[in-house]
Amino acid sequence: MGFDHDTTVWFSKTFGLFYLMALLLGVVVYAYWPSNKKRFDQAAQSILHEEERPWR
Amino acid sequence: MLAQLTRDERLNALIILFVVAACGVAMMIAGQGDPLGLHGGVVLAAAVLGIFGVVAGYYAPEPSEARFSQYYDDPSKIGIILAMGWAVFGMFIGDWVAWLLVYPDLTFDAGWSSFGRIRPVHTTAVIFGFGGNALIATSFHVLQRTSGARLPDQLLPWFVLFGYNLFCLLAVTGYMMGITQSKEYAEPEWYADLWLVVVWVAYFILYLRTLVRRREPHIYVANWYYMAFILVVAILHIVNGLTLPISLGSAKSYSAFSGVQDAMTQWWYGHNAVAFFLTAGFLGMMYYYLPKRAGRPIFSYRMSIISFWGIVFFYMWAGSHHLHYTALPHWVQTLGMTFSVMLLVPSWASAGNALLTLNGAWHKVRDDATLRFMMVAAVFYGLSTFEGSFMAIRSVNSLSHYTDWTVGHVHAGALGWVALITFGSIYAVVPWLWKRERMYSAGLVEVHFWLAVAGTVIYVFAMWNSGIIQGLMWRTYNESGTLAYSFIDSLVAMRPYYAARAIGGLLFLIGAVVGCYNIWMTVRGVPRAAAEVPAASADPDDPIRQPAE
Repeated sequence: MGFDHDTTVWFSKTFGLFYLMALLLGVVVYAYWPSNKKRFDQAAQSILHEEERPWR
Repeated sequence: MLAQLTRDERLNALIILFVVAACGVAMMIAGQGDPLGLHGGVVLAAAVLGIFGVVAGYYAPEPSEARFSQYYDDPSKIGIILAMGWAVFGMFIGDWVAWLLVYPDLTFDAGWSSFGRIRPVHTTAVIFGFGGNALIATSFHVLQRTSGARLPDQLLPWFVLFGYNLFCLLAVTGYMMGITQSKEYAEPEWYADLWLVVVWVAYFILYLRTLVRRREPHIYVANWYYMAFILVVAILHIVNGLTLPISLGSAKSYSAFSGVQDAMTQWWYGHNAVAFFLTAGFLGMMYYYLPKRAGRPIFSYRMSIISFWGIVFFYMWAGSHHLHYTALPHWVQTLGMTFSVMLLVPSWASAGNALLTLNGAWHKVRDDATLRFMMVAAVFYGLSTFEGSFMAIRSVNSLSHYTDWTVGHVHAGALGWVALITFGSIYAVVPWLWKRERMYSAGLVEVHFWLAVAGTVIYVFAMWNSGIIQGLMWRTYNESGTLAYSFIDSLVAMRPYYAARAIGGLLFLIGAVVGCYNIWMTVRGVPRAAAEVPAASADPDDPIRQPAE
């Protein structure tokens, strides 16, 4: 299987499926990982009570 | 402005300005007899102006150490003012272009004012001038607040802001002289493109340098969107800007790509400019200013993460839907179409997230036009992304492509989403930046809101009607199998809609002028806030509801 037109087209048409599915899985797992919940809740709240001054 | 720069920074500013001036002189010498030489003069003039400014304040006392206990907001303030200036200019030109289609004599027989030249002046002035300055200004504000860190120095933000505006100036003046690459949203020629690369890389470095100084390890979601905006626009701009000038003394260049590859690269750029300039950056704005103004945390932080990655990865593939029925391979068209339809999911997740955040704060939406700007922006975001997915389908595109429907769709997004979220954010941030207790007039914000909404609705409905009529007339055949209408027939049919569109645009422009006046009076006249009170409820008896799960 050389690096010819058909191979390139086959690759272009398929690799996206696999890496996008992997990405989707990764993102969903990260977002719904139970121990991350606290961090996300804190982040959501963080902008509502900000300090008036920078810490540095 | 200069009093806040340290002596070293003033020296560096002078060095930068002398380098820019030298570039201007080189362009003037190399580009004699070419528009490039004229642009060299513009660059030189801008640099000399800057040099005078720096020299005049060079020996002013240095800023005290006390500055480190405050955020650095002056670049944001100037950025907001520049954004509003570009808004009025760009919308004025836009409305002129609109009237030009109703009354073709409005070019006044000049070359620079012909449709092909002032239309890109309009798009560049509103997208890059208004949108870009608003993004830079708000990104500095959001970045510092969410990181809890001051910008790392006082020179780089000014370099980014003024450097960016020099790019916009070169772009807009170039079109009027006939300098253009004729690529949608990428019209400026090679030297302006190179300059933007320098400015943009500086912007990204500034963003990262501030971010590494942040207080909490977690990076708030708005920053993710702003960073995607900066990083991806850099990638797009560099790849689509791969051109060779015909000589170093000429403004004219040719793309490194040819034929359908060039078209695909351009629309990969073009659609992602919509995605990362006009969407990701403004979503960053929305994810900060909307919860802040509503006094409620974002409905689902998790959903904001998922939709972020969805938007970032799906948009990259969607550009080929601009090239349906062209020489582009059929499967590439289908790929772009499929991803465009899939994009509806993360887009609606974002729009829904924004609207659900307001659940429980609808009384504030009713009373507060600033928050209502943001709410209506989220609605238009949802509507225009639905419409976009729909129009990307090949068979729908066969009707809509090359018609005013596309123009209507773009403006549903640009006016309804981008401009409304920007005006809402600006009305929220102006009193915070200038430490005023409120805007000068809530009534005028209300007036602006209704002018903007009315203008958008009139515009979009006019273009829907015009576009669909146009598309149908172009594909209607008579019994003998030839076209039933001539092109001029379709122009006559569109004329009333063009007039309506120009009136809608005029309302939108008037709204922006009202906004400028209100901001000006706030800066000049409204008493200072007693203490900087965050808009969010600081009252412990008023618990903010946790985001629903």
